[in-house]
Amino acid sequence: MPRYIGKEMSRVDGVAKVTGRAKYAAEFQVPNLAYGFIVLGTVARGTIKSIDTREAERAAGVVRVFTHLNAPKLGPKASTEYAPPRNTREQDKSFRALQSDRIYFNAQPVALVVAETYEQARYAARLVKVAYNAEKHETDTEAVRASARVPTQGQPPKTRGNPQEAMRSAPVKVEAEYRIPIEHHNPMEPHAAIAAWEGDRLTIFDKTQDVYGVRGHLATSFGVPEANVQVVSPYVGGAFGASLRPNYYPALTAMAARELKRPVKLVYTRTQMFTGHGYRPYTIQKIALGAEASGKLTSMIHTAVHNSSTIEEFNDNTTGFTRQVYACPNLYAPTMIVATDLPTPTWMRAPGAVSGMFALECAMDELAYALKIDPLELRLINYAEVDPESGRPFSSKALRECYRLGAEKFGWKGRKMEPRSMRDGRLLVGWGTATGIWGAFQRPASAKITFRLDGTAHVTSATSDIGPGTYTVMTMIAAEYLGNRPEQVKFELGDTNFPRAPSQGGSQTTSSVGSAVHGAALAITAKLLALANQDASSPLKGAAASDVEMLDGRLRLKSDTSKSVSIAEVMRRNNLAEVTETFESRPLPERQKYATMAHGAQFVEVKVDPDLGQVRVTRAIEVSACGKIINPKASHSQEIGGVVWGIGMALQEATEIDHRYGRIMNPNLQHYHVPVNADVHEVETMFVEEEDTIVNPLGVKGMGELGMVGIPAAIANAVFHATGRRVRDLPITPDKLL
Amino acid sequence: MRPFKYVRASDASAAARAVAANPRAKFLAGGTNILDLMKEDVERPDELVDVSRLKLAEIKAAGGGVSIGALAKNTDTANHPLIRRNYPLLTQAIVAGASGQLRNMATNGGNLMQRTRCQYFYDTAMPCNKREPGTGCGALEGLNRIHAIFGWSEKCVATYPGDMANALYALDAVVRVRNASGRERTIPVVDFHRLPGDTPERDNNLQHGELITAIELPKSNFAKNSYYLKVRDRASYAFALVAVAAAVELEGGRIRQARVVLGGVAHKPWRSLEAESALVGKAASEEIFGRAAEAALREAKPLAHNAYKVELGKRAVVRALMRAARMA
Repeated sequence: MPRYIGKEMSRVDGVAKVTGRAKYAAEFQVPNLAYGFIVLGTVARGTIKSIDTREAERAAGVVRVFTHLNAPKLGPKASTEYAPPRNTREQDKSFRALQSDRIYFNAQPVALVVAETYEQARYAARLVKVAYNAEKHETDTEAVRASARVPTQGQPPKTRGNPQEAMRSAPVKVEAEYRIPIEHHNPMEPHAAIAAWEGDRLTIFDKTQDVYGVRGHLATSFGVPEANVQVVSPYVGGAFGASLRPNYYPALTAMAARELKRPVKLVYTRTQMFTGHGYRPYTIQKIALGAEASGKLTSMIHTAVHNSSTIEEFNDNTTGFTRQVYACPNLYAPTMIVATDLPTPTWMRAPGAVSGMFALECAMDELAYALKIDPLELRLINYAEVDPESGRPFSSKALRECYRLGAEKFGWKGRKMEPRSMRDGRLLVGWGTATGIWGAFQRPASAKITFRLDGTAHVTSATSDIGPGTYTVMTMIAAEYLGNRPEQVKFELGDTNFPRAPSQGGSQTTSSVGSAVHGAALAITAKLLALANQDASSPLKGAAASDVEMLDGRLRLKSDTSKSVSIAEVMRRNNLAEVTETFESRPLPERQKYATMAHGAQFVEVKVDPDLGQVRVTRAIEVSACGKIINPKASHSQEIGGVVWGIGMALQEATEIDHRYGRIMNPNLQHYHVPVNADVHEVETMFVEEEDTIVNPLGVKGMGELGMVGIPAAIANAVFHATGRRVRDLPITPDKLL
Repeated sequence: MRPFKYVRASDASAAARAVAANPRAKFLAGGTNILDLMKEDVERPDELVDVSRLKLAEIKAAGGGVSIGALAKNTDTANHPLIRRNYPLLTQAIVAGASGQLRNMATNGGNLMQRTRCQYFYDTAMPCNKREPGTGCGALEGLNRIHAIFGWSEKCVATYPGDMANALYALDAVVRVRNASGRERTIPVVDFHRLPGDTPERDNNLQHGELITAIELPKSNFAKNSYYLKVRDRASYAFALVAVAAAVELEGGRIRQARVVLGGVAHKPWRSLEAESALVGKAASEEIFGRAAEAALREAKPLAHNAYKVELGKRAVVRALMRAARMA
């Protein structure tokens, strides 16, 4: 019986966070610190004609004003002595600040003022005068959608069967277009870095989901070996993808620190965040679904177009999961991109999936109404028993049970099909459903464990904890397999001095890093067994490492727990105060034979004021099947957060651009709305646990993204059910329902 | 923010004198709006005269009505027994605004002085005649979903964003102000804010250096039948798309007098005398409220992205009147 895995545990870092002991990037105390403030440009495309920094330079406390005229060049070209290691990473073409007079997007950094205090830097930043040669720009994806094309990177989209022909002959079809505006992550913590050089060695405190990624980016930027760069990021106040790809500010901060030969701190303002880290792209999706009268899908044609920048081809693979949700023999589902004069988009919680599934799951609802089949029933009719894309079996898939459990808990069978048929007094009541899907990913990851004579353990891995509870879950896994108590385990992360781990994105940390911690604990066990069996009288003689386990300071035979040795005695006998093992976990080869996915079902009730157009999500039931749940407490938190985000995406979130200027006009939290407590009513999350030893030995799949994937569609479908109004452009604000 | 001088005033007259003496000086009370605007470089005073410690926070019965100190906090005002009992419309309007934390800091005088939430006003890289006269109005042909449908000019289409003032308009409030020479005058609240015209940089009719000392409410017969309705993009902590302060005095089912004030639709709270006269003398009914709503929105001139406010405004007026009359 597991002692910790599968049982609720409060966050081990909770007290540190609420008492302020947890240090975020901007909070580290570094002597002789100077403060930077970024000056943002005001045109969307063109060149800088002139910059007058004289007044700023004269202002009190100003140390230096950096512009493209005096900033050193960064990036691969600057790297003469050192070539970045060839790995699987995409080539780092990310935007770097102050490298030329070229303007790629509005509110691009054009100068950095460094001063003795933050206030002095901010004030002086306002004294920098910039003139531009503006060029004609285009920031409206709608205006350039005709020139969208398949990205040059990656595979061209595969056609399955003959979708056009099947669509022509389908007895029932629906076709519609759906739109998602640009959305921004808006984590609580603004992005920040403190950079300090000693000769050619850089230490940087950064808010990041990927310390090794930042290290590689900075090594390339400054032409120094990766080993010379230490990235430290122990706590992250939310990121949601906004700290996955290299943002421009760490290199900018490090550049200033290197030039000034003193540490520099840089913190984005909320407004600077809107062009400082990417966003969910503006996405136009056209979907056609063809079905037999029975409801069986015969053809799916799902084309997505989203914007990227002129700098990079970013592609969030909007239509990726369309290929794997439902059984359908004929399919064409390309994602295309089109350049705009905006910053490069990036991954944002459930990237691609939540966008694509918004469109697909709304279209499925439209199809259900065209067929007069219950929307849940339609999904069951098209249930994919094997992966429709590869034909491989799923390593596990409890989606059917999610549908059943959710429908039962929600009372779905009491739903009347007809729109506007359910009321609560004056309010229109609507019930909607949708499917959620996400991949059960895993990447190579390493962890190191030092197990000490006193039974305590120090566990490290360079992953991050942007909020899901990684500190806690790794502590639980270590304690489970080291046989000690969580309070005897100290897990540390977010430092390139620790063993390499992948970025915390894509819901793969527990599967990747958890597997590494698990593997390292088993390596400790094996080492202790070998040491124990050096003693001729060991009761464990002949046992293999997999036959024994650690528990309460003893190493014992699983099949006969009376046979055991004291771990402390074994270590003392060998004159060891501690044993250390590093383990790199890799995805099991067995996975190749299967499709590995996580699934979920969402049921949502909305109440709509028919006069005023206001929508309240009064009830949401979300059932997820994502393997084994290690920490139910944090897992429910993840999924509740996903539902809340889904409410925001469905009803509130939109980054607004004035295309005349190509400028974001709501880069702040008064104009960019996210849900507040009053928007969140009953949210119930449940898990259908899956036994799955193929995904990884721990049997875990990701869940962080999964929790929001189906929610916007479920809400939009519920709004249709309530009002008879099909709103295909998010967000569904009151004006769209009048 | 830019460097500025900070002065703490010893009394109201001294405060008024200090501001009057410096064209670039401003009063500081709760700071919930001006400090934000200074950080954004929108407001650029070179002197702040802190009036927050002046003894102007009293809420007391006066002449059959009530006198509310300019420096009384929004929270304390909304919760005061005199207000709750006799002017529930004001309580409702105040708590519809901002958040608990902000209302704990914000003063009543400051609330009247609250500046627009127009995005172009907030972005110093954009044209805005209110922030920088002569630069043009960014919103006129730009993003104007949250902007005015009444009383706007080619120079400015911004709205007054507050909630409290909408109720004050319905309650016939009077604003008491003091100038640098210690003289007091009163301004009916309906004459306090201005329409943008050619001078959108001026939000109201205060002279530079005049300090609001109190808001006075006459005796009201609306306590039984009033309602504040706020329609917004989320359930709390958002500015109104449309708000309605509605009040009726009923006598045997007939409307003796009525107030209909719309918020979020103009450069000032928009009192509709047309709606009110459509109501007075009539029996309260959904139909008559609908006629009042039509009258209230008849002269609306929507912009490219806010035509919805006309229909929404009508429905909001009906709903608010229904609630005020306790018919919904």
